[in-house]
Amino acid sequence: MKLHEYQSKALLRQYGIPVPESEVADSAEAAEVAAAGLAEKGYTRFAVKAQVHAGGRGKGGGIKLADSPSEAGELAGAMLGTQLVTPQTGPGGVLVRKVLIEGGADIANELYLGITIDRSKKRPVIIASTEGGVEIEEVAANEPDKIHNEWITPGWGLETFEAAGVAYALGLGGKTHRAATAVIEKLAEMFVGLSASLAEINPLIVTGDGQVVALDAKINIDDNVLFRRPDLEAMRDPSEEDELEIAAAEHSLSYISLDGTVGCMVNGAGLAMATMDEILLAGGTPANFLDVGGGASVERVAAAFRILMRAPGLNSVLINIFGGIVRGDRVAKGIIEALQTLEVDIPVTVRLQGTNAEEGRKLLQESSLEFIVAETLDEAARKAVEAGE
Amino acid sequence: MSILVDADSRVLVQGITGTEGSFHARKCIEYGTNVVAGVTPGKGGQTFDDSVPVFNTVEEARAETEADVSLIFVPPAFAADAIKEAAAAGVRLALCITEGIPTLDMVDVVAYCLDRGTRLIGPNCPGVISPGKCKVGIMPGFVHLEGIVGVISRSGTLTYEAVDQLTRVGLGQSTSVGIGGDPVNGTSFRDCLEMFAEDEETKGVVLIGEIGGSAEEEAADYLADDYPLPVVAFIAGGKGTADEKMRVLSEAGVTVVESPSVIGVTMAEILGTE
Repeated sequence: MKLHEYQSKALLRQYGIPVPESEVADSAEAAEVAAAGLAEKGYTRFAVKAQVHAGGRGKGGGIKLADSPSEAGELAGAMLGTQLVTPQTGPGGVLVRKVLIEGGADIANELYLGITIDRSKKRPVIIASTEGGVEIEEVAANEPDKIHNEWITPGWGLETFEAAGVAYALGLGGKTHRAATAVIEKLAEMFVGLSASLAEINPLIVTGDGQVVALDAKINIDDNVLFRRPDLEAMRDPSEEDELEIAAAEHSLSYISLDGTVGCMVNGAGLAMATMDEILLAGGTPANFLDVGGGASVERVAAAFRILMRAPGLNSVLINIFGGIVRGDRVAKGIIEALQTLEVDIPVTVRLQGTNAEEGRKLLQESSLEFIVAETLDEAARKAVEAGE
Repeated sequence: MSILVDADSRVLVQGITGTEGSFHARKCIEYGTNVVAGVTPGKGGQTFDDSVPVFNTVEEARAETEADVSLIFVPPAFAADAIKEAAAAGVRLALCITEGIPTLDMVDVVAYCLDRGTRLIGPNCPGVISPGKCKVGIMPGFVHLEGIVGVISRSGTLTYEAVDQLTRVGLGQSTSVGIGGDPVNGTSFRDCLEMFAEDEETKGVVLIGEIGGSAEEEAADYLADDYPLPVVAFIAGGKGTADEKMRVLSEAGVTVVESPSVIGVTMAEILGTE
C-alpha cells in the first residue's frame, strides 16, 4: 500500500526523523494561508508539492517554489484539480487533490537513504548514496561504487555502530555525522516497526548549518500487515487505485487492468500469467490479469465476469481453470449459471483441466449457451484470440 | 529416491482441526501419506477422523509420535509463530501453505529456522509431493505419476499444469516442490536444484519461474557451473518482463520454453522418451 508524501512525513516525524515544517492544503486559499503561517515563522520561500502516489512529480511540474504566500496560493491553484502527468503515470496522468506547502529548505548537500527488502539475503537492506536528488536506479547502473549497502540483522535490528558506518560512507563528519546516524537508526526502526516494504528519503539533505532533514519521503506498507494495523489501513487513498482492481479485491479476486482485448479468468497467479503469455504467442492481447483463486462458486464466477466485462475494448473471454480441489463439473455449472444471469455477448472460450474436467467440458457442450471448449492451453489461447477477430 | 519426503516420512499437521487443515489432511491420508499427529492449541486430547491424535503443541506431538515433517495450515496472524514452534521442537522439514504472512515476520522466521536446522518450504506454497510415496500439501495427487523428473516451482496451479503435461507424455515425477510465491521464503530454486543433483532417481528437472525477485537469476548462476541434469524452464509473466530471466537461464545451459504448453514434450524430447 502506497502512502502520500505528507503521510510518509507524518510517520517520519513520529519516529523522530527531522522533516521540513509543512501543512497540507486542498485549495488555493488554504495553500496561501498555510504559506502565510510559515512566513510568520520566518520562511521566505515555500515549496508547493502535488500529493500523488506517482514519482517523477518534479518532471511533470508537480513541485514548484514560491517566493510569497500569494504566489504559493497561485501555484497551488494551478495544480489542484488538474491531471498531473509524470514519467511514472500513464499519459492520462493522475488527479491532484492535495498539495503540501513546505517551508523552503537551505540545501547544502543532497544524499540518498532508503530501506527495502533484499529477497536474496532475506532481510531488509539500507541503501545509502552521496548522489541524492536523482534516480537511484541510474546511480546503481552508472556509478555503483557510490552506493553503500548495510543489512539489518533479523531479530536484532540495526546496531548504532552499523548506522554510524553508513553515515561515514556518506562522507559525513562531526555533528552532521551524529545527526545522520540518528536518522539512519530511526529509519531502520520505523521500517521494521511499520512492516514497510519500502522507505525512501530522496533527497536526505544536509542544511547550511549541518542539520540532516528528509526533504522527500516515500513509504510503502506491506499489504500483508494491514490486517493487524488498522491505523495504517486508514491511510489508504482509494482514489489512487484502479476502480476495477478495487471492485475485484472486494470479492477476494486479484485483478490487474491491461490494454488488450482478450479477457482472462484463471485460477492461480502463475497460471494466469502463463495464460496471458499463451494469448500473446497466439497473436492476441490480454485485457487483464484475473486470478479467481481457489473457489469457483457461482457467485465468484459471476462477480469475476461482471468485473471482466467492464474492461473497455473486450472482444473475447478465456476461462482457464485447472481443478485441484476445485472440481471441473462444479466450475462448469458456475459458469453456465453465471452467464444465464448476465448479458455476455462476446465469445467465451473455456478450458478445463484437472479434477472432473471431462464432466465439466461435457456440461458446457450440452448447455444451451454457446461456449468454445478447449483441452490444451495453446488450443484455448488460439481459439480465444480467433473468436475475437 | 526422491527428495525431502518419502514413504518413511511421519507428518504432523498444524491447524488440523481448521477448515483448510482438516480437508487437506484427509486428502493427504487418502493419498497414502503417513499423517501421525495433528496440532491445534486447545484441542489436545481429541482424535481427528478417529485416527489421528491431536495435541496442543508440536513438542508434545513429536514426543508422542516422532513426527519429523510439519504441514502448516495456520492463518497469517499466527503462522509465523507456528513455524517457529515447529523449528523449536526440532521438526526436520516444515511446509507452510499459508498466504498473507507479513514479509518482515518471515524475515525473522527464516533466520530462526536456519539457526535451528529446520528446512522451511514456503510460505504461500502448495507443498511437496513425492508421487507414489508421500504427499505433503494441497496439490491434486491424481495428476502426478511416480518417475524421474524433478519439478521446482514458484506457482500453484501452473505447477499442476506442468506436472499434468509430464504425466501425459509418460514422464513421472521424483518429487515436485512448490517453493511458493512470497518475497522472503525458506527454500530457493537453487536449494532444490542441489538436492535433485544428488538424487539418483532424478534424471531431469523442470523449473517454473515468474517475474519478480531474483530467484531465477540465482538459479542460473548455480546452473552455469556444470550442473549434471538437463533443465527445462518456463518463466511466467513472459515476453518483455521475464526476458532477462529467460536469457540468463538460457546462457546457463537451460532449455527455456516460451510457451507453457510445451513443457512436458520438451522434457520428453531431451530425455529421449518420445
